[in-house]
Amino acid sequence: MKYRLTVNDEKREVDVDPDTPLLWVLRDDLQLTGTKYGCGLSQCGACTVHLDGKPVRSCVMPIRSVEGRKVMTIEGVAGPVASAVQEAWDELQVPQCGYCQSGQVMTTIALLAKISKPSDDDIDGALTGNVCRCATYPRIRRAVHEAAAKLEG
Amino acid sequence: MRRMPHLAPGLDRRQVLKGSLTLGAGLVIGLRLPRGARAQAPAGGEFVPNAFVRIAPDNSITVLSKHIEFGQGTYTGLATVLAEELDADWADVRVEAAPADVERYKNLFFGVQGTGGSTAMANSWEQMRRAGATARALLVAAAADEWGVATGEIDVANGIVSHRASGRSAHFGELVKKAATMEPPTEVELKDPATFTLIGRESLPRVDVPAKSRGTAQFTFDVDIPGMLTAVIARSPRFGGTVASFDAAKAKKVPGVVDVVAVPQGVAVLAKGFWAAKKGRSALEIEWDDSTAEKRGSAEIFAEYRVLLDQPGLSARADGDADAALAGAARQFSADYEFPFLAHAPMEPLDCVIQMSEDGCDVWAGSQLQTIDQGVVAGTLGIEPQKVRVHTLLGGGSFGRRATPNADVYGEAAAIVKATGGKYPVKLVWTREDDIRGGRYRPLFVHRLRAGLNEAGDIVAWSHRLVGQSIVKGTAFEGLIQNGIDATSVEGAQNLPYAISNLAVDLHTTDVGVPVLWWRSVGHTHTAYSTETFLDEVIHAAGKDPVAVRRQLLAEHPRHLAVLNLAAEKAAWGSPLPAGTARGVAVHESFSSFVAQVVEVTLADDGMPKVERVVCAVDCGIAINPDIIRAQMESGIGYGLGAALHNEIVVESGRVRESNFHNYKPLRIHEMPPVEVHIVESKEAPTGVGEPGVPPIAPAVANAMFALTGQRVHRLPFRNAIGKVADQA
Ligand code: FES
Ligand code: FES
Repeated sequence: MKYRLTVNDEKREVDVDPDTPLLWVLRDDLQLTGTKYGCGLSQCGACTVHLDGKPVRSCVMPIRSVEGRKVMTIEGVAGPVASAVQEAWDELQVPQCGYCQSGQVMTTIALLAKISKPSDDDIDGALTGNVCRCATYPRIRRAVHEAAAKLEG
Repeated sequence: MRRMPHLAPGLDRRQVLKGSLTLGAGLVIGLRLPRGARAQAPAGGEFVPNAFVRIAPDNSITVLSKHIEFGQGTYTGLATVLAEELDADWADVRVEAAPADVERYKNLFFGVQGTGGSTAMANSWEQMRRAGATARALLVAAAADEWGVATGEIDVANGIVSHRASGRSAHFGELVKKAATMEPPTEVELKDPATFTLIGRESLPRVDVPAKSRGTAQFTFDVDIPGMLTAVIARSPRFGGTVASFDAAKAKKVPGVVDVVAVPQGVAVLAKGFWAAKKGRSALEIEWDDSTAEKRGSAEIFAEYRVLLDQPGLSARADGDADAALAGAARQFSADYEFPFLAHAPMEPLDCVIQMSEDGCDVWAGSQLQTIDQGVVAGTLGIEPQKVRVHTLLGGGSFGRRATPNADVYGEAAAIVKATGGKYPVKLVWTREDDIRGGRYRPLFVHRLRAGLNEAGDIVAWSHRLVGQSIVKGTAFEGLIQNGIDATSVEGAQNLPYAISNLAVDLHTTDVGVPVLWWRSVGHTHTAYSTETFLDEVIHAAGKDPVAVRRQLLAEHPRHLAVLNLAAEKAAWGSPLPAGTARGVAVHESFSSFVAQVVEVTLADDGMPKVERVVCAVDCGIAINPDIIRAQMESGIGYGLGAALHNEIVVESGRVRESNFHNYKPLRIHEMPPVEVHIVESKEAPTGVGEPGVPPIAPAVANAMFALTGQRVHRLPFRNAIGKVADQA
């Protein structure tokens, strides 16, 4: 089946089975491998992308439900919020193995777009679905606050 | 993993050495991690003073890491040490994975190329310093020759060689051509640590962070080669089971599925992409032959182990006469502990890419034991090891899982390549379910601890019996078994540092068909828990203070004592706490690094401990990169805490109950406490930090829980003891 969608502001067409999750379309068909597989079950957040501006787990998002919609991946994010988040990630030296971090960054960008000055509870609420087996959580928390401060300043 | 004294059975030493003669040279995918301005790809003219560094005419310095980077900071740490002695400009430094080459790149503690046991820094410290100093000496000699001055008049700093008297100076890049012609020195002088500028610097950023924050760091899962197929394997649901028969007709009808082949490990489905491969696998019809499979479950194994607790095992340590001292003690204590199987669950599931070529093959993977992985691929494909070029990629975590003595994932990938005649480049991937159910767990263990107090409340006897599987038995690492005792089973118990004159440790090594492996900090994951909580129990019974007694018992162990004192001081041990909060402490040495942790714990609504704060003190010798040390302590604490709260792999009639993160629950951000790390200043040679943060956290929390509730947790995870209702999956 052919599906059309917009990925990182570009129109793309893919020919895949209707039940193919967006994650595998991105990774295997469009070679956008910044979005990661961690569980395939909406349990870890490694596959987080923005769908029409909202964070979703692409591993459980069949391509047929994405037809005609706008997808943004770690490769495509840009703008002040994305820069603030990624700079804060660098400054706080958040990543360890790094495998979960695309998802952490994508969830954080979506959080800050919605809540410009998140509390610790807001951070827990938004990021509890993003697993980091390296437990970089204390730095993620600090980096989210730091990114918010950057955007404010 | 620990020091490996020699190359043990299972590997042909001659072959391995032969395999090391050729440097692998195939393509390198996405491994360069630039710092600062991206240098042009070196187009020759590089100065290669030794196996660990190359300097290009454009000043870029490439450090070769013989150890894999999977989060622990090795790339940055090793490069820092070399750059320090080289007096390089850190902005010019980048890191590349060394090829598999046992001769040049063996772990000096293992004898094979590999990473583990928190040894990366410890075994490389001198080697990387010398490599940097040698390169520096050659650059200095080149400058002296060019300028007609004495080498002693030359200074080097920040990548610039200069001669004060004449005012001449040159960047490294300008000297590389000449340096390549100079005679390498036989002796080099290493710096006085007091003059270090990169080592110990507070704000030396990791080389791999920018790429990892932007999704451009490349992992094995991301490798894409023209014509490559993705493969998944259907493996026996019971460990040790084999395929009796299978029907691939339905699987082959799944669009995208290209091939289905039998391999010794099961049935492999090859497809264009992950999704088709996974669907194809679900469509396979397989009869399994369980005649040689392990059919016991955790419950049966625990029951058998409990019986063994009543019988003496093989002695691992016997100071004085523990039994007699126990019998004669004024008060006696005893507790049995139970530890489940644990999966590592690294964030990136296992994977491996192999492509055949006319002159051998290329392997891309997060290879943690390059020599062994290379040997297994070579053996499976029937080619010479030197024809297997291993390209070590960044690993998305490991925690021990990527270091398998039988190179499991490599053997599987090679078997698929063999079964398909090398027709396609193959990317074998494990799903999360494969990872959780695929075995190679932290072994299930039971312990019995007994202690005796005299009238004054001093500990006069200590007896520790352990029952569990050996990790190294029957593997290339069998050399770690000495006098029948697998060091990885008893580490942390057998070398208990406390001054107790009658002390016995004994071990029953069992045979179970569930494959086991080193899990971040290995034996210490269970021995630190049982020893530190049982000691606490006895101290409380004697009406004494847990820190005060530990201080007394550690009088002869200054490094243990220093971390204990530092953690206690920073946590204000003994000061009043709000109602409903309690402290707990634990101190433990692993892999020659010393860690003490004091935690503050409250009770969550479901009765589970909520850790409010962790104060951690660590002595890992000279602190190469203080921020990475802090990060590794945070990481070890989170990893150990998650397992202690939630995790167990339960085998039921040979089948694994858990399957993914919904029922093998990882620690999440709201459960992660704030962590303060304090580093003991030291002049000792550096030791590792990847694992030593793990062991103290669970016992510290358990000790705080006791202080809070009076309840002792002798069976992990905590949720089985207290949080059952709220946390049951
Ligand atoms: S891979 Fe999608 S949530 Fe884990
Ligand atoms: S950085 Fe390793 S899983 Fe998050």
